[in-house]
Amino acid sequence: MNMSRRQVLLLLPAAAVAWESILAGTPEASPNYKLTEHWWGMLVDISKCIGCGNCVRACATENNVPEGYFRTWVERYHVSDFNQAEPVVDSPDGGKEGFPPMLEEGGKNFFVPKMCNHCADSPCTQVCPVGATFISPDGVVLVDKQYCIGCRYCIQACPYGCRFLNPKTETAEKCTLCYHRITKGLTTACCEACPTGARQLADLKNPSDPIHEFLRTHAVQVLKPHMATGAKLYYNGLDGSVR
Amino acid sequence: MPVQGYMYPNEVELAWSILIVLYPFLTGLVAGAFILASLERVFRVEAVKPTYRLALLTALAFLLVAPLPLQLHLGHPERSFEMYLTPHRSSAMAMFGFVYLWYLMAVLVLEIWLDYRRDIVRLSQSAKGIPRLIYRALTLGSTNISENALRIDERASYIITVIGIPSAFLLHGYVGFIFGSVKANPWWSSPTMPVVFLFSAMVSGIAAVLLLYMFTSRVRGQAVDMNCVDTIARYLFYAFLIDFGLEMLDLVHRIYEADESFRSLDFMVHTRLYLSQVVIQIYIGTLVPIGLLALTQLLRLAEKVRKRIYAVAGALTLVGIFAMRWNVVIGGQLFSKSFLGYTTYKVGFITREGLLTASVLTLLPFPILWALVKLLPPWAEHEFMPEAGAAPAQGGD
Repeated sequence: MNMSRRQVLLLLPAAAVAWESILAGTPEASPNYKLTEHWWGMLVDISKCIGCGNCVRACATENNVPEGYFRTWVERYHVSDFNQAEPVVDSPDGGKEGFPPMLEEGGKNFFVPKMCNHCADSPCTQVCPVGATFISPDGVVLVDKQYCIGCRYCIQACPYGCRFLNPKTETAEKCTLCYHRITKGLTTACCEACPTGARQLADLKNPSDPIHEFLRTHAVQVLKPHMATGAKLYYNGLDGSVR
Repeated sequence: MPVQGYMYPNEVELAWSILIVLYPFLTGLVAGAFILASLERVFRVEAVKPTYRLALLTALAFLLVAPLPLQLHLGHPERSFEMYLTPHRSSAMAMFGFVYLWYLMAVLVLEIWLDYRRDIVRLSQSAKGIPRLIYRALTLGSTNISENALRIDERASYIITVIGIPSAFLLHGYVGFIFGSVKANPWWSSPTMPVVFLFSAMVSGIAAVLLLYMFTSRVRGQAVDMNCVDTIARYLFYAFLIDFGLEMLDLVHRIYEADESFRSLDFMVHTRLYLSQVVIQIYIGTLVPIGLLALTQLLRLAEKVRKRIYAVAGALTLVGIFAMRWNVVIGGQLFSKSFLGYTTYKVGFITREGLLTASVLTLLPFPILWALVKLLPPWAEHEFMPEAGAAPAQGGD
């Protein structure tokens, strides 16, 4: 092959990029998993959540979540019948160890598990300056930590407060919907650990997934629908006071 | 108590620190200084000519420092170049990188070079030693300073300034857009944000050049051109009125609409942001300087009094605009997106994003400006006789 010095110089950057992708290796294999056959979401049934914190602990263990930060957390709401607009909310350590007895009396009390909404039109994906945050073809919003520059614009853009900067990797982090599990046919750690089935992983592209029957027969809601983020975390029995 | 009410657990720690406050402050000074400089060039406001070159050098000094707070803030500054290599086109921040680069290289550096080219060529012939080498390098091999060549320079420089004005508008309007387009945050999300940022940038840039011009005149033992500072102060006054008007419009709109975020924001303004927003930004940093500048417009004051008023008004303006940036960036993170709670921000001192770093970065443009002024003297007396002017420029300032 005849190549001039100029041609070699032009090829060098391309070779460097190719080498980097070789070094990065191939993603963990899931041979039977087809990205285009799934569209993931989750169903949360408020009336079933007992605030035990199993999901928070399971998530932290499964995903090595740093202390003081949360990929999922549980909130406890106390809504007085005299003041619907100003609920009293707490979530001690993200509800990891459950909740102390309620101080307020009367009104209604319930638990709201929270996590990334894996929005179809996610604001965090939109604002990422390098495209390190992306939505995979199966509807999961993920962060490439090899690529994230740690600018924290996505943290500002998330209306639900689901993102944080991992102090060790100094990159943005959030729920991955246990992508390493669901691509192998397992459910998420939080769903697996929930003793009452308050959380259900849902594949909206799978016609035989019970989510379809549920969505047809129940009044479900997403958080902050006015944000028009295409959230895929569906809540059954969500009170209007929940933010 | 650091947290009051309920914050989403990941919100308690602020994502953007004082360094991100500094960034819009510095770019604002750049855009404002350039817009002031362009008054002379494009709109032929001859009165501000003595500050033309100083304003350009000021803009450059601040623009060179502006990305540093961002770099220090990033978790992975070594990857920041990815923004240029693989930009994400839907990201306001990614596109801003190009606006910044365009402004720095295509507008500011080119304009300064064209404006100084004749001086650089002459200095490359008259200077000795290392400065001679620097000037020779700065000529970029173009030593033709015939009348015809200078005419072309003048024309090109004019065109660049004409392009430069919308570019300067874009530069700072875009900084406003980075905040204004975050729909998750009601404190930021507003279409007026880019316009408010732009006018506040003009206000801060004009004030900075006014102060620098008066300060350098004093240091050099030269009389301040009163016609020049009176004109600049007048522009400062007008720009400030528009800026304040826009901010008040935003405020009135928020109060009247009183949407779901209003109680939260109202609470903040009356508590955690009372000192920085109401006292420092609005009273000390806006109403007092506007009042002082109004006095100079309404009354016939002695030269000495006017100079003092301009100095005080200019300094307070900068304090006010810095407070405005603080209230936007920090204020926007002190309340929960659940509108149910509030957190606090404590600035570290000797930390990567602490007060010491911020102070050094705020002061860093000044030694850079000093070096630029030494290298490329902006004073009128150097413009036409560089041979005579070179010596005092190196020793006198």
